[in-house]
Amino acid sequence: MFQRLPDAGDTTLSITVDGKPVTARAGDSVAATLLAAGIDHCRTTPVSGAPRAPYCMMGVCFECLMVIDGVGNRQGCLVPVRDGMAVEIQHGKRELAR
Amino acid sequence: MSTARDFDVAVIGGGLVGSAIAWGLAKVGQRVAVLDEGDIAFRASRGNFALVWVQSKGLGMPEYAGWTVRSSEAWGGFADALQTQTGIDVSHQRPGGFHLALSERELEQREQVLKRLHNQPAMQRYDWEIMDRERVRQALPQIGPEVVGASYCPLDGHVNSLRLFRALHTGMQQLGVTYLPNHAVDGIEHRNGEFIIRSAGGEVRSAKLVLAAGNGNARLGPMVGLDVPVRPQRGQIVVTEKAAPFLNYPVVTVRQTDEGGVMLGDSLEEAGFDPTVGTGVISMIADRAVRMFPQLARLNVVRSWAALRVMTKDGFPIYDHSATCPGAFVATCHSGVTLAANHALALAPLIAAGRLPSEQFEVFSARRFHVPAAA
Repeated sequence: MFQRLPDAGDTTLSITVDGKPVTARAGDSVAATLLAAGIDHCRTTPVSGAPRAPYCMMGVCFECLMVIDGVGNRQGCLVPVRDGMAVEIQHGKRELAR
Repeated sequence: MSTARDFDVAVIGGGLVGSAIAWGLAKVGQRVAVLDEGDIAFRASRGNFALVWVQSKGLGMPEYAGWTVRSSEAWGGFADALQTQTGIDVSHQRPGGFHLALSERELEQREQVLKRLHNQPAMQRYDWEIMDRERVRQALPQIGPEVVGASYCPLDGHVNSLRLFRALHTGMQQLGVTYLPNHAVDGIEHRNGEFIIRSAGGEVRSAKLVLAAGNGNARLGPMVGLDVPVRPQRGQIVVTEKAAPFLNYPVVTVRQTDEGGVMLGDSLEEAGFDPTVGTGVISMIADRAVRMFPQLARLNVVRSWAALRVMTKDGFPIYDHSATCPGAFVATCHSGVTLAANHALALAPLIAAGRLPSEQFEVFSARRFHVPAAA
């Protein structure tokens, strides 16, 4: 669905999403990496369990909450991707311990 | 301007107190209008902490403790009735509640207060106990090392008070109550046994009148011969992001809502009609909550707000009827959530019948404030 611009940088990084390897580009946010990889949701909502994907991409809408390196409810659009990062789809409410 | 309308009862105030009474009046067949202010109103109904709380209430007025216990007992059936009627689940839970102590001194003070409360003549008996740290930990495994103990009362509980507010408004309108928003009241006349209420939205006429306008009752009361000495008392609340359920019981200052957010609160400030939030009070609230439950420090705070309680000098409610304008009543309290079941199921039918029995309600009259201070 999303395509990268032709002049996007070509430095690639590797992260995992729910344990599966995903390729990112240096300068991506975690949310952009997931969208570019065709992952269609990053969380399910805490009350109804509906799937949600990144939306505003600028820190406002809080749709892109996900578990990043073991910490829940992080805004994926505000976190720059790093090599080796472990991302997980967040299922419903955040666990207090993470 | 709308034309004059005639009702059995006009309720002034569409918050939790007014809507609970209106719902109860409509249930017993009264034709009711609710005159409400606009959205700029100070709405304690949207800012409260949503406990249905019994322990520690009534020191100095055991009848208030009894009134609170009665509402706590009625709450389950009240919540069921609202859900059956409106389909709205107000998430009432009554697992009992804790008041945590962060030092031996706090725990001793807590025990002294509760002993004095329960040693009052005419105090209604109900279960409560002081628990040591180990017993508290069995119920609340997440307590931090500073928690030395707690008081526990099995009658305590909590609800989703925003859904309660919605259920009452939906329910009362289904029962035929006329809800009149943007009807801030300017004046009330009592003429030939009828109340003529002038408001921003027009004139309304009724045979009976209930003042349920929170802090606004102080201004409205004298229009119908009622003294209602209430003042705003500010409380501030912090709420975290939604988290998976971890708190099995409400604590008087920390509770996890049915939807997962954790509310932290219970401050008291004399600040007049100023509903602003201050970082000093908010950080103290957060600090105490994290000492009680250290894992809370991991959660993000998503909102904070302040709301104004409706407070009397002694902290107890006022229920009264006017001697000079028969048919005018006032109901005001700072526990519109806890007492909602009573207001709907016990108070409203008495108002419909036209009289608050003095053997039960004399103690709640504002005449208790008219005793000259001792020299």
